[in-house]
Amino acid sequence: MPEVKSICCYCGTGCGVIVTSDGVSVTGVRGDPDHHANRGRLCTKGANLHLTVRSDATRVLQPELRLNRSQARHGSTWDQALNMAAERFARVIRDHGPDSVAFYVSGQLLTEDYYVFNKLARGLVGTNNIDSNSRLCMSSAVVGYKTTLGSDAPPACYGDIEQAKCIFIAGANPAFAHPILFRRIEDAKKHNPDLKLIVVDPRRTDTAASADLHLAILPGTDVALFNGMLHVLLWEGLADFAFIHAHTEGFDALKATVREYTPKMVAQLCGVTEAQIIQAAQWFGQSGATLSLYCQGLNQSTHGTDNNAALINLHLASGQIGKAGAGPLSLTGQPNAMGGREVGAMATLLPGHRDPMNAGHRAEVAQLWGVPTLPERPGKTAVEMFEALRSGEIKAIWIACTNPAQSLPHQQLVREALEQAELVVVQEAFAGTETAAYADILLPAATWPEKEGTMTNSERRISRVNAAVPPPGAARADWEIAADFAHRLGAALGKGDLAKQLFPYKQAQQIFDDHRASTRDRDLDITGLSYAVLETQGPQQWPYPEGAQTGTARLYGDGVFPSGNQRARFSDTPYRPAAELADARYPLTLLTGRLRDQWHGMSRSGLVARLWSHVDAPRLEMHPLDLERRGLKEGGLVRVKSRRGELVLPIQSCAELRPGQAFLPMHWGSRFLSGQGVNSLTNNACDPQSHQPELKHAAVQVEAAHLPWQMVALRSGSAAKFMDKLQPVLGRFPYAMLGLAGRDAEVLVLRAAAEHAPDTAALSELEQWLGLDDDCHALTYRDARRGIAKRLLAEEGAITGALLTGDTAAAEWLMDGMARGLALDEVRNWALAPLSAPPSGQASRGKVVCNCLNVSANEIELEITAGADLASLQEQLKCGTECGSCVPELKRMIEFSGAESCKN
Amino acid sequence: MQKLKLVMVGNGMAGVRTLEEVLKLAPDLYEITVFGAEPYANYNRIMLSPVLAGEQTIQDIMLNDVDWYAEHGIQLHLNKKVVKIDRKARVVFAEDGTEASYDRLILATGSNPFILPLPGNDLAGVIGFRDIHDVDAMVAASQNHKHAVVIGGGLLGLEAANGLKLRGMDVTVVHIGEWLLERQLDKTAADLLQKSLEDKGLKFLLQKQTEQIIGKDGRVAALCLKDGHEIPADLVVMAVGIRPNSALAESAGIHCNRGIVVNDTMQTYDPRIYAVGECVNHRGIAYGLVAPLFEMAKVCANHLAEMGIGRYVGSVTSTKLKVTGIDLFSAGNFSGGENTEDIVFSDPMGGVYKKLVLQDNKLVGACLYGDTVDGAWYFQLLREGRDVEGIRDQLMFGQSRVGDVGHQGHNKAAAMTDEMEVCGCNGVCKGDIVKAIKLNGLFTLDDVKKHTKAASSCGSCTGLVEQILASTLGGDYSPAPAAKSMCGCTDHTHEEARAVIREQKLLSIPDVMQFMQWRTPNGCASCRPALNYYLISTWPREAKDDPQSRFINERAHANIQKDGTYSVVPRMWGGLTNAADLRRIADVADKYAVPMIRVTGGQRIDLFGIKKEDLPGVWADLDMPSGHAYGKALRTVKTCVGSEFCRFGTQNSTQMGIDLEKAFYKMWAPHKVKLAVSGCPRNCAEAAIKDVGVIGVDSGWEIYVGGNGGIKTEVAEFLVKVKSAEDVLEYSGAFLQLYREEARYLDRTVHWLQRVGLDYVKKKVLEDEAGRKALYARLMFAIQSENDPWKERTVAGEARREFEALTV
Repeated sequence: MPEVKSICCYCGTGCGVIVTSDGVSVTGVRGDPDHHANRGRLCTKGANLHLTVRSDATRVLQPELRLNRSQARHGSTWDQALNMAAERFARVIRDHGPDSVAFYVSGQLLTEDYYVFNKLARGLVGTNNIDSNSRLCMSSAVVGYKTTLGSDAPPACYGDIEQAKCIFIAGANPAFAHPILFRRIEDAKKHNPDLKLIVVDPRRTDTAASADLHLAILPGTDVALFNGMLHVLLWEGLADFAFIHAHTEGFDALKATVREYTPKMVAQLCGVTEAQIIQAAQWFGQSGATLSLYCQGLNQSTHGTDNNAALINLHLASGQIGKAGAGPLSLTGQPNAMGGREVGAMATLLPGHRDPMNAGHRAEVAQLWGVPTLPERPGKTAVEMFEALRSGEIKAIWIACTNPAQSLPHQQLVREALEQAELVVVQEAFAGTETAAYADILLPAATWPEKEGTMTNSERRISRVNAAVPPPGAARADWEIAADFAHRLGAALGKGDLAKQLFPYKQAQQIFDDHRASTRDRDLDITGLSYAVLETQGPQQWPYPEGAQTGTARLYGDGVFPSGNQRARFSDTPYRPAAELADARYPLTLLTGRLRDQWHGMSRSGLVARLWSHVDAPRLEMHPLDLERRGLKEGGLVRVKSRRGELVLPIQSCAELRPGQAFLPMHWGSRFLSGQGVNSLTNNACDPQSHQPELKHAAVQVEAAHLPWQMVALRSGSAAKFMDKLQPVLGRFPYAMLGLAGRDAEVLVLRAAAEHAPDTAALSELEQWLGLDDDCHALTYRDARRGIAKRLLAEEGAITGALLTGDTAAAEWLMDGMARGLALDEVRNWALAPLSAPPSGQASRGKVVCNCLNVSANEIELEITAGADLASLQEQLKCGTECGSCVPELKRMIEFSGAESCKN
Repeated sequence: MQKLKLVMVGNGMAGVRTLEEVLKLAPDLYEITVFGAEPYANYNRIMLSPVLAGEQTIQDIMLNDVDWYAEHGIQLHLNKKVVKIDRKARVVFAEDGTEASYDRLILATGSNPFILPLPGNDLAGVIGFRDIHDVDAMVAASQNHKHAVVIGGGLLGLEAANGLKLRGMDVTVVHIGEWLLERQLDKTAADLLQKSLEDKGLKFLLQKQTEQIIGKDGRVAALCLKDGHEIPADLVVMAVGIRPNSALAESAGIHCNRGIVVNDTMQTYDPRIYAVGECVNHRGIAYGLVAPLFEMAKVCANHLAEMGIGRYVGSVTSTKLKVTGIDLFSAGNFSGGENTEDIVFSDPMGGVYKKLVLQDNKLVGACLYGDTVDGAWYFQLLREGRDVEGIRDQLMFGQSRVGDVGHQGHNKAAAMTDEMEVCGCNGVCKGDIVKAIKLNGLFTLDDVKKHTKAASSCGSCTGLVEQILASTLGGDYSPAPAAKSMCGCTDHTHEEARAVIREQKLLSIPDVMQFMQWRTPNGCASCRPALNYYLISTWPREAKDDPQSRFINERAHANIQKDGTYSVVPRMWGGLTNAADLRRIADVADKYAVPMIRVTGGQRIDLFGIKKEDLPGVWADLDMPSGHAYGKALRTVKTCVGSEFCRFGTQNSTQMGIDLEKAFYKMWAPHKVKLAVSGCPRNCAEAAIKDVGVIGVDSGWEIYVGGNGGIKTEVAEFLVKVKSAEDVLEYSGAFLQLYREEARYLDRTVHWLQRVGLDYVKKKVLEDEAGRKALYARLMFAIQSENDPWKERTVAGEARREFEALTV
């Protein structure tokens, strides 16, 4: 069986994977033992990657288009679709100028894809309206680095985890979001018991629970905490004045600012104790090697830049940068956010870490590309771009490899924008995304592992991404689509020759070579790298200039920073609160975050049934006291409202939050959920410098939703097929969600609730969509007055479908049973009875904690009750012995055995 | 005295059942004569189908043979058809001239099969399906002929068709309706039925009418349908319904209208003449099923026996098809209609279809196909008209699912084998009960309790015993009204038992039972505690208290809680406490890890969650008197602050309360007794809802009695106003002693007062001074002999043994 080395396409850790295939389809994925990032390990998401590689209806298999909005899209050829796109774009550009079109791309594109799109927007069209979903993810980190260190370059590396003496994690939950890095942290702690782990997070996440010191600060008060810690560093003589004087500037202003950030005041602002602040500062300052890891908790804020800068201030003030085991290291959310930053495919960037507002930089790039000038009008960043689309300022948009109708905040506006647009082109691999529904032209894109190029991970390491199988249907690599379109657009604009000159690419490698050239003499100089070097020497960290023999593990060891005067600059960061604070009408602060087994908008991870077994549905988590105060019942449905939108969800009691806070996983969009998804609630207020929206904080109100009529539909078979059919059903109910269950056999799950039973016609339509309408093979129960109708389908003796309406007591055990092919005869007498307890012999398993080895919470609890510790759990049940992602949870289950815990 | 003459025309099931009932109720009242047109004695007509099918014989279905008539002195005229009634002379005449005069006449002439008025209906081989003669004809035809046609797809028609098929004939059923059994089944169920009958080889022609019957050589040869089709037929069975046989009654001038019209006592327009069975039109309905006929028989017999209390108000009927291998049941209004609601279950793969029809939260109809195990239960619910809203969602899944999930899907009673135990307390098996019911002709739950002792102890199997009764008796079962006797163990009332104990000076439960001829050797859970109380209250010190006759709370001297632990309430006189007591309570709470401590409504402290074996330790450590919070005894005396501290207080109510509590503490009573003393008419101690409430006024104390704050709040009535605290004690004590001596066990004061009236109490307590003093003296004497139960049990000895774990 052929094996191909590649990189996992989920998070920014950039784990190496080895993909096995039979040449047509992927048969398995395992960790690459030679890759520096993971050394053979994979998390649950990565380990199940092979299950996401499909060529069925879950994929966009051919171009589709519609001539006007009243029509449904129909299939077309590439020529038809791209010609139409080119003509329409050209018309808009001719009539309204180049800034009336925009490109919205993705941190999941390969560097080469990014490069071509950037060239298309800036070089051919002549607009800076190109931005990436990295705007929602890392732009505060970018600006944070640039304002302090002079350039967008994470100075530390993963190897520092093993060398650090103190690890400071702020606004990140690597146990869930970067599990492989968290494995490295666990190992480092095992090898060095003196290693201090400090975690700053309003929630007691699995990461926080593993810490030596957890600072559960109030949401959005990070700057105050960091300023306070700096205050303590100064007060306790832990500042490195030699370093400050030799290599930095701007310290005095900051020092004046932090004067008033006494531990006492900061304790009040942050809601933690003075002792905790002092302890954190002492460990940070005294360790000799403190490594900071941080992510969206700092970035997705209206003060994201300040959050980043204030943390970097601490490293500069204590001289903990450029040394082994020390320095700030932002964890990137997406697999190639870094690559996008390198090629400058964002409104505020240019290739090679250049700045579009800098005329010199524009001239350099223009020269490289062979165009006379680059546009100087500022481009629209993501949130602005959709606002402009809504106002009509932008009329046509090209969206590639991202899903703004799920991921942008304030969905109401985003959807209005997409409806308002004259032309929406969506270039996408997965057919079911929320955004695909708005496409006038839908283009089939190849995705992992069907295309090749490079990606850069959080520690500046560039790896080759290789294709293991050919793309399905008519799908093509993203850069190919962009380049093909560029040729046609060029022709339509009368710039055919320029297009030919700008986009001569036949191979990804040619693009990489162009990109490489653009980095010459820049801080990220990779002129020494090539596909050949990457293939022979393996993944390399930049800079890797011409003539270098190896990459660069760590930056700024010499104290020289890439700023005008080679000094780092302290950023004066006074604390300012989040944009939307809880008040009497919206009394709760909504936090968002990630689940362990899902990724982003679930267009990929949502296809895999077993990735639903850890958390099977979105639930609003709130502190038990808040539930009690509001008279809410665990598991009951609530209506959660912000100033922008509302959702109906089940509620879950969770002591790992503070009272006054609520938590919602970020993953669920309208594809799985009635309404406009989680981001219907979130705030689109942005950081003025980084333009990153404050996805982390919104003020919400929560009230019980009185929806007594409930429904659960279950269907085994090709669940993905049914999922798309059932899409329209979601909107018919105030609460509805689609999901998957099962492991080897997948079961589609549709849950819904309403005030009253819908009419029978709607239910029979649902039966048809679910293929349950075969009366000869169905068991039925009907009590119209109570709004109860239950139906069970059995095929070849096994239960393969169920529609329980009005009474759904049996749903859980039926679902469990269907996932393992339960025979109807085993439960015939009970199957439609209102039984929530499974009939004897039909045990419910509960959620799956260890996804690799399929070990459920119930099974683990049983062992723990019998006195098992972690070692014996691993011995007895084998849970937590494969990828290790569940180890923090296992520890917590042991610690809180018997107590209610909701952490996912 | 000369016996009255009772003559019955007709010797079928309804009539003979009436005679059986009459003989039971008034065996010597009548001289009975019976005329039967058939040559047989009384047989079970509804079992003719199994006979036709060859599954039973005529012998199997005989109910009463000629000997039975002889044994009961009944003159039986078989093969004699009565043709005339002379109502003036009160004589009936048979065809052969036999005559009999009557004082009362029962017409039980039954019904005739309806023969369609078709050309050829008089040919040989065209018959109905009514009696043994018809069965013989069919059996004979099956031996010589091939083709049978049954006209009519009703119950009888299908049973006939099935029988003929089993006898080897090629059978076609011609039915006019859209589906089979349209009066018993809805279309869905009927389609399932048709399919299974077709699988058995039967053929069906639905929505077809017969034009004529074609004969050949005087015997039927074919059936010609209105659509022109012709079907070969060597035998035609007409099963298109029955017509009440009212010809005789009509000829006698008795009002008939599709049957002999009767009133609710089964009398015709001639009050000397009764009619029962299929010949009757009752409230416009002529019944063709056996259960209603039996109900009529019961009522008719009751009236004939000159009891005159029974009334027949019509029946709800249920249907079963007697075709082996086909489970079908329907009852009531199974097709539904306006204002009804359906619950439907369908499992075509499993061959099951069920439909329940509800109206106003009551089951009004059921139609079951393929799985009829719950039919009897549904029928019971339907007849009882019980509100099923609470079990609606479980209803379809059977009785065993209601509150008892996970059982096999059967009616529990029907599914039980004879060896299975029903009553765990007395070790009674299902077989014992069924046998007792059949052998002794038991009809009521109490009968079963008496004969078998099942359900006579803890009572948790009562429902199951009722089910067994219902399923054994079928339509004959009806739950009996509660008897006035103490319990099923005796016919004596509480008052009689008390009187006997007093008059005969009986001192133990066995003595009482023996003297009063208890039916059961050891009594039951309702009579034993009552007798025990009557004994110790009547003969304090002398009668022996029997702990085993007390409820668990009184045995353990603590209240058992739902988790099996106990609660402990020490006495706090008048609601007063002090630092030392509180400290001890706190120490006990720590020592025994008491999970909940609560201040009660009666102004004391309740410690919950005490293990039984810890009780003596807790009592010892508390070192406080028992609060009797568990007993039929003096509970609390609630007090207000009173004149000592309260600005409004007119009397020292707190002290009065303490005095009362100390005076009456340890007093057993028919039920719990609560007192309260308020120091002014503002009544902060809520004295108006206590058994005895005392309210201080400027000039003394007012005593109120018979208040109750329970399920139904009763305000106490004014008894008397007295001057001094001593009077309060004497008057209220006398009142309580009267209650103790005269109330029934488990009567609260209010219930007793409602029965005897306040005037009676006033006469005894107020007007009769000597009597009052004697009552008070008897109370004091009774209390004097009581020890504090907790103190008794904190020292090792017999009393403590109850709490010691048995180690083996």
